[in-house]
Amino acid sequence: MSGVLVVLEERGGRIGRPGWEAAAAARQLAGADSISAAVLGAQTDALAAEAASGPFAKVLRVEHPLLAPYTADGFKLALEQVIRAESPDFVVFPHTYQVRDYAPALAARFGQSLVCDVVGIEPGPVFLRQLMQGRLAGAYRPQSRPCFVSVQAGSFRAEEAQAGASAAVEVFTPTMSGEQIRTRPSEPFRGSAQAVDLGAAQRIVSIGRGIRDAANLPIAQDLASALGAEIAASRPICDLGWLPMERQVGSSGQTVAPKLYLAAGISGAIQHLVGIKGSQCIVAINKDPEAPIFEVADYGIVGDLFEVLPAITEAVKSAGNP
Amino acid sequence: MKIVVAIKQVPDRDSQVRIGPSGRWIDEADLQYAMNEPDAYALEEALLLKEKHGGEVIALCAGPERVAVTLREALAKGADRAIHVVCDDLAQRDALGVARLLAEAIRPENPDLVLTGLQSEDLGLGQTGVIMAELLGLPHSTLILQVEKTETGLKVKRELEEGWFQSIEMPTPALLTIQSGGNKLRYATLLGIKRAKTKEIRTVTVADLGAEVPPTVLLERVALPQKQKSTQFLSGSPKEAAAALVEKLRFEVRVL
Repeated sequence: MSGVLVVLEERGGRIGRPGWEAAAAARQLAGADSISAAVLGAQTDALAAEAASGPFAKVLRVEHPLLAPYTADGFKLALEQVIRAESPDFVVFPHTYQVRDYAPALAARFGQSLVCDVVGIEPGPVFLRQLMQGRLAGAYRPQSRPCFVSVQAGSFRAEEAQAGASAAVEVFTPTMSGEQIRTRPSEPFRGSAQAVDLGAAQRIVSIGRGIRDAANLPIAQDLASALGAEIAASRPICDLGWLPMERQVGSSGQTVAPKLYLAAGISGAIQHLVGIKGSQCIVAINKDPEAPIFEVADYGIVGDLFEVLPAITEAVKSAGNP
Repeated sequence: MKIVVAIKQVPDRDSQVRIGPSGRWIDEADLQYAMNEPDAYALEEALLLKEKHGGEVIALCAGPERVAVTLREALAKGADRAIHVVCDDLAQRDALGVARLLAEAIRPENPDLVLTGLQSEDLGLGQTGVIMAELLGLPHSTLILQVEKTETGLKVKRELEEGWFQSIEMPTPALLTIQSGGNKLRYATLLGIKRAKTKEIRTVTVADLGAEVPPTVLLERVALPQKQKSTQFLSGSPKEAAAALVEKLRFEVRVL
């Protein structure tokens, strides 16, 4: 056993950024060992050609008609065979919804637990990931090999993965048959028509559980209108139906990049933080000084949002129109 | 339909978590606990399916004695009976170890459907359901918002990234991990709470299940997270802090 295998993921016909970030993590893990990459699908020539520019000794085109569309059964079957043939020490994935759907079961086939959602790697290797909704960090040490790891979006620099020599491309044809695929997925579809494009908003006032009740929404809406901002929320607020789902920011909602992101009563779970990374200035208002939102905020006010938000609204109004 | 719902008890999100003396886990003394919220959505989905199609809902939870409170809550909301896997060292087990315990507890029940939340609010691994499906040999799907019974099995609505969805058809028995927000959570009624007192909670031990294996991954340290930015805290009364903030936003960040 040696080396690192990276499983790249396709996004709109190309290797997605999460895949390149996983490749960057693989480089950190590999040291002097070689890195192989796998692309999966029914037709993988274009993907493999793109992957060949990465830091890989070898790119495996894992190709079978049953690998499109994605199913957990298909990907488990194919990757199990790849890993048995290649015997890597580490298998690295991007931490996407797709990977979450199959990688834990794939690792279990090797008697392993996936170390998921990794945000950093220390010598050992020891893998760092968040616990308690971001309030603590945990350090995990794998006890045996192969070790399965998935890396959180934005934690490794995709650019560091793209400088490499031209890799050898090989076709790998897994053995699988139709009756082994037990689920029948439909084509993806959009939910409701997206009337709000938060991605283009310059200013956003976003609320979380701290707002406590739908009846309290006007104090956030008042601030949003004083600032000329869109109103948005973390997932729980939309789950409760207090704001429509299209106003949700985070990994399951919209990704935003405003000049100003003001987060009120949002603790800052990683699923929310990945959606706001592109913001130029983050302001956090929270009663808990330990809330993880303060780890990414430029300005913080520790206090009761029911007092602080109206005070900001007043201060904005008396400073004149934005 | 016979449905098992795997539920986790987690520290209440408003309770202060502190690092324990060993530095390897949190200090569990004086913590308030609650039902993991995604699991509450899984329970809700199970209860709705039972109301529509009949059958039985069995709540399953692994953990020390205190988790009986969470199982009692599930019974009060409408689960018919419960299984408590008594385990005092849940936090020392990896995802595979915990899923093995739960899968062995589920196996003799032969359910038509196993539901659980997509992830826990404490460890957030999001793996238990997927591994249980693998161990039980069941087809599965994750991040499910709606479940519909069909003639041949199930049709489910799965959440994808960035506002996309897909529907998936699969045979039963099957396992689904439920995303929050698909339904509205119910409260236990007074009658429900009263009835729950007479419902069965069967306890099984780790030894009974014969699923003891050493962990493949060790959590060897917990720490406070490293700050990514140096936050400038604005202090004073709400009015003073607000005035300072607007000043910064106008003249330093220049967004106003």
